[in-house]
This record gives sequence, C-alpha cells and structure tokens, in this order.
Amino acid sequence: MVKRIFAIVFILIIGFWMAKALDQVPFGQDRMLVGKYYLEHVKEETGAVNAVTAVVVNYRGFDTLGEVTVLFIASTGVAALLWRKKRKRTAKTEGSVVLTTGARLLLPFIMLFGVYIFIHGHLTPGGGFPGGATIATAFLFLYLAFTVYEVDHKIFEPLEGLAGVGYVTVGLIGLAIGGYFLFDWIWQTWGIGKENIGRLLSAGFIPIIYTLIGIKVGTELTGIVDNMIKEPEEGGQ
Amino acid sequence: MSDWVAIFIAALMVVSAIFAVEWRDLLAAVVGMTAVSLFASIAFFFLQAPDVAMVEAAIGAALSAAVFIFAINRTERYESEEEGTGWWVKW
Repeated sequence: MVKRIFAIVFILIIGFWMAKALDQVPFGQDRMLVGKYYLEHVKEETGAVNAVTAVVVNYRGFDTLGEVTVLFIASTGVAALLWRKKRKRTAKTEGSVVLTTGARLLLPFIMLFGVYIFIHGHLTPGGGFPGGATIATAFLFLYLAFTVYEVDHKIFEPLEGLAGVGYVTVGLIGLAIGGYFLFDWIWQTWGIGKENIGRLLSAGFIPIIYTLIGIKVGTELTGIVDNMIKEPEEGGQ
Repeated sequence: MSDWVAIFIAALMVVSAIFAVEWRDLLAAVVGMTAVSLFASIAFFFLQAPDVAMVEAAIGAALSAAVFIFAINRTERYESEEEGTGWWVKW
C-alpha cells in the first residue's frame, strides 16, 4: 500500500516535470532546423523523392543497420529457445476451402505487393520493413492454409545471411570510396541516375539497401513463424 | 481527418484494449489486441503516415497475433479464475 502510494506520487512528480518541459516546445510549428534541412536538400543529396526513406537509409543508415541487427538477434533468440533436433509440423485439421483457395489466389499478389513496396521505397511510402513484413505475412498464410507446408531452409537461411552481409558490404564500399561508413557512393561518386529523379533507377544505394533489408526482414519474420509453428516429435528431444 | 473520425477510432482502440485485458478467453483477447493494432493502422493512415500504417497492419495485426495464437496453442486457452479482478480494483 505505502509502496503503491509512493510510486504514484513519484510518477506524478515525473509527469509534472515532463509536462512542464514539453510545455515550452511549440509543437506543429516550424522550429526543427534538421528537418527543414532534410526537406530542402533531400533531392540533390540523395536523389530520393520520399524524404522518409532518404532519412532512414541515407542520413541515418547506421541506425537502420542497428535495427536490422536487433531483428536478427530476436530471430536468432527465438530459434535458440525453441531448438530441437527433430521438429515437424503437427497440424491435424486441413485448412478450410475458403482458406486454401484464398491462399492460392491471393499469394502471388501479396508477394508482388511486398516486393513492390521495398523496391519502390525511395518513390512511394514504405520501404524494406513494411515490404519484408508483407512477404512474411504471405508465408504465414501458406503455413496456415497447408498442413504440410514448410519453407525451404536450404534457401532461406543463406539468403538471410547474404542480405545482412550485403548491407555491411555496401557500407564498407562507401568507407573505401568516400571516407565514411555507408557513404552513398552510387549517387555521390558515380552520379548514376542524376537525370531521372522520381523514377525507379535513381536515389543511389537506397533501392539496393532496401531490397536487402526487405529480403532480410521477410526471411527473418518467416523464420520466427516457422520456429513457432513447428513442434518436436513425440519423445525425441 | 475530421475530428469526429479521429475520436471514433481512438474510442474503438480504447474499447478493444479494455476487452483484450478483460476477456478470460485468451484467444478472444488476442483478437481484441489485434483490433487495437488494426484501428491504430487506420488512424496512422488518416494521419498521413501510410508507411507506418503498413507496418502496423502487417506486424501488429497479422504476425504478432499469429505468434500469440501459436503460444496459446501450446499452453492453455483460458485464464485461471483464481486471479479475480484486475490489479487496479484489488488495491
């Protein structure tokens, strides 16, 4: 009881000071100098029309590498916790007609939409993370609809690793050419696509990195689903 | 986004969240949690953040719900009755 009252008083004091501090910030007004700089220079510096992806991949590329690493560690953690030597799918009931037919009809379009989202990340809203998550939902759909379905681990796990290595490799090439990690060498040194801003082949390494992130996120989330849905065989550890 | 739509979606989110906490059937509670994500996704879309809306719909509404359902599949479906009322009533 005393502890709870103490906690509530403590939270109220913290909340009061937070409100007091945030009271001075003029929300919704034009005070963000960094944001203004990004919006004014995003086209000639990165070539991306979508300023959000330019910030995420180009200006703040190192943070995004950290995010991808966090997701990788989470996926590896799930795999390590649920690891057994022999595991298989144990679903007993087949998916209903609606589910299986829907899966057969919709799957290509869901996959296509996911790939579209991450390839066009520098032009339209979205990027590697939404695209990868959409592809993972397509695989989840397959797992739910068909009781014996399982992804091809020989393809999926190397693909995940290669995507991660590819991201770091692009960054290291930037380090070699431009002098810092994740320097946009395709746009700033080679100048590829300078004349077609707003089309697919522009924005330097943003489409390349977002394709790699999309593959990585898609395979990792599918791996989490795969690990959660399979169960160890009877009696075997 | 007109104010009334915003208030309506926020109210639906709050109601779904209360249901997600209160329902004893954990499968229904997962559906309530998914509804929170779905309404949040709609709200993001109306607030002109379509990329966030896509992530919220894919991860919040589909994948996390699937992970929760797989976990329920391996454990128990119903919450035990011994717990009684919520913690905010107990003290």
